[in-house]
Amino acid sequence: MTGKKRQILIFLIFAASVLFAPLFLKGNYLLNVFVFVGINTMLAIALNLLLGYAGQISLGHAAFFGLGAYISGIITTRFPVDPFFVIILAAVFAGALAFVIGFPILKLKGHYLAMATLGFGIIMYIVFNETVEFTGGPSGLSGIPNLHIGSLIFDNDLNNYYLVWLFALAVMLLSINLSQSRIGRALRAINDSEVAARVMGVNARILKVQIFTVSAIISAIAGSLYAHIMTFIAPSSFGFNFSVELLTMVVIGGLGSIYGSFLGAAILTMLPEFLRVFQDFDIVIYGLMLILMTMFMPGGLISGIQKMAEFAAAKMKKKRDSDAQA
Amino acid sequence: MLRLNGITKIFGGLTALEDVSFSVADGSITGVIGPNGAGKTTLFNIITGLYTQTAGEVYFVEKNISFFPPEALAGLGLVRTFQNVELFGQMTVLENVMVGLHTRSKSGIFSSAFKLPGQIKEEKYIKEKSLQWLEFTDLADLADIQAGNLPFGKGRLLEISRALAVEPRVILMDEPAAGLNSRETAELALLIRKIRESGVTITLVEHDMDLVMDICDSIIVLNLGKKLAEGTPREIQENPQVISAYLGETE
Repeated sequence: MTGKKRQILIFLIFAASVLFAPLFLKGNYLLNVFVFVGINTMLAIALNLLLGYAGQISLGHAAFFGLGAYISGIITTRFPVDPFFVIILAAVFAGALAFVIGFPILKLKGHYLAMATLGFGIIMYIVFNETVEFTGGPSGLSGIPNLHIGSLIFDNDLNNYYLVWLFALAVMLLSINLSQSRIGRALRAINDSEVAARVMGVNARILKVQIFTVSAIISAIAGSLYAHIMTFIAPSSFGFNFSVELLTMVVIGGLGSIYGSFLGAAILTMLPEFLRVFQDFDIVIYGLMLILMTMFMPGGLISGIQKMAEFAAAKMKKKRDSDAQA
Repeated sequence: MLRLNGITKIFGGLTALEDVSFSVADGSITGVIGPNGAGKTTLFNIITGLYTQTAGEVYFVEKNISFFPPEALAGLGLVRTFQNVELFGQMTVLENVMVGLHTRSKSGIFSSAFKLPGQIKEEKYIKEKSLQWLEFTDLADLADIQAGNLPFGKGRLLEISRALAVEPRVILMDEPAAGLNSRETAELALLIRKIRESGVTITLVEHDMDLVMDICDSIIVLNLGKKLAEGTPREIQENPQVISAYLGETE
């Protein structure tokens, strides 16, 4: 089987598992958890395109998520417009903002880029908090309508599950395609050696801004979905803590791995369910996980699993060979 | 093909290059030599747009490229390799060369994400062409190896393959023989000749004098940021100024 065919097969198996999973989760609260795994998968992939492929860090990605959520929330609670149209509007706005701030910000490298994106995240968080007239401030924005297509209303876990995963699977597929294209290679080239990439004719400056924009658009769409599913949003969901959580998802799953982003999102979304005792210490746990992962499994869980599988296969082969000899 | 006119570069108070002018003839192999610190790599960095000169101009096929960034030069047909081998270490050998075809292809983010028909066709072309370049440099067997795991000599060959994939008119090579053993250097000399025969002009900075004297048509000698001499290998070998710059003043 060629690599290409195998990849299509893996995606089909993944997509089928996602689509049939609700049959086994019916009535289970895990179905609700998996709605949020879907949203976080979109966000983790968005950040991974930037961090894992292009090698550009963002410590403020929760801001784009919040931007999508607030644009959808504010407009649909005030005007009788089609919420799906507003999702597109929010995505375009977030993309435009990313494009504009991307040019100055992405000129920075390493720590300076981290600081700039951190600053952006904090500014947006303050905006969400202080523009009380629009966002409801710290006490939040409520009464956001559920999405609906005709008489199909997305107000229960099962419907929301399919809604979110339809978007998440599309994001996954498009990102996989992108990662294996001329653009994906150029991004990874920038990550490995920006100067060599430029000498090969890759316009690193523009490409970084473009992928930052794409990343912001995906994050904003996830934010809009989140707002319509929750029907209530507050700034605390879009602050620095959540940006760090997203970063943890990407690193734990594996930098530069789309399936890794799903794995990271799934683990970090479900973890709090099992670790309720640590509730106030979540950021400490994320920090610890980041440190341990970078120390012992720098490629993330996906490459860790691959390495273990290779190791097991090599061991089995060795055993077979020695058995054959004996 | 390539013409430098009065290139001067001052870093802070230090003059790295002073009024350097020379031309590289179409289809030639031109060597730039000189003792350490003569300004050879600085000169290459200026030609390829990584540094901006303090004064002077660079012309490429009669086009003034003095202030062009490196990414604009690849499309025009000017490319370089690096002294320390700048590979994309986490990508495969084949993918490295595929990046070399960046300017020979045009699919953007949208057509790549949605795999539009034109993109699929282009992707196939990129892969086939890249494999051809790997065959040209005899690296096809290693296509799926991660570039970071290549031995140094092979890495150098890969860097040249990647540069060739740009289909340049001029390749600048910064010390292509550095770190190679004598057998690898001999193979490199053959490869450089083969590249020239395919119609590409080559300019190289090199310390290996045997290699330079063997393959170059024309040599430029830099010393302390100034052009000391210019001529054929024989003329350079017999030039008393060059001899004294290399061996020190003798009475």
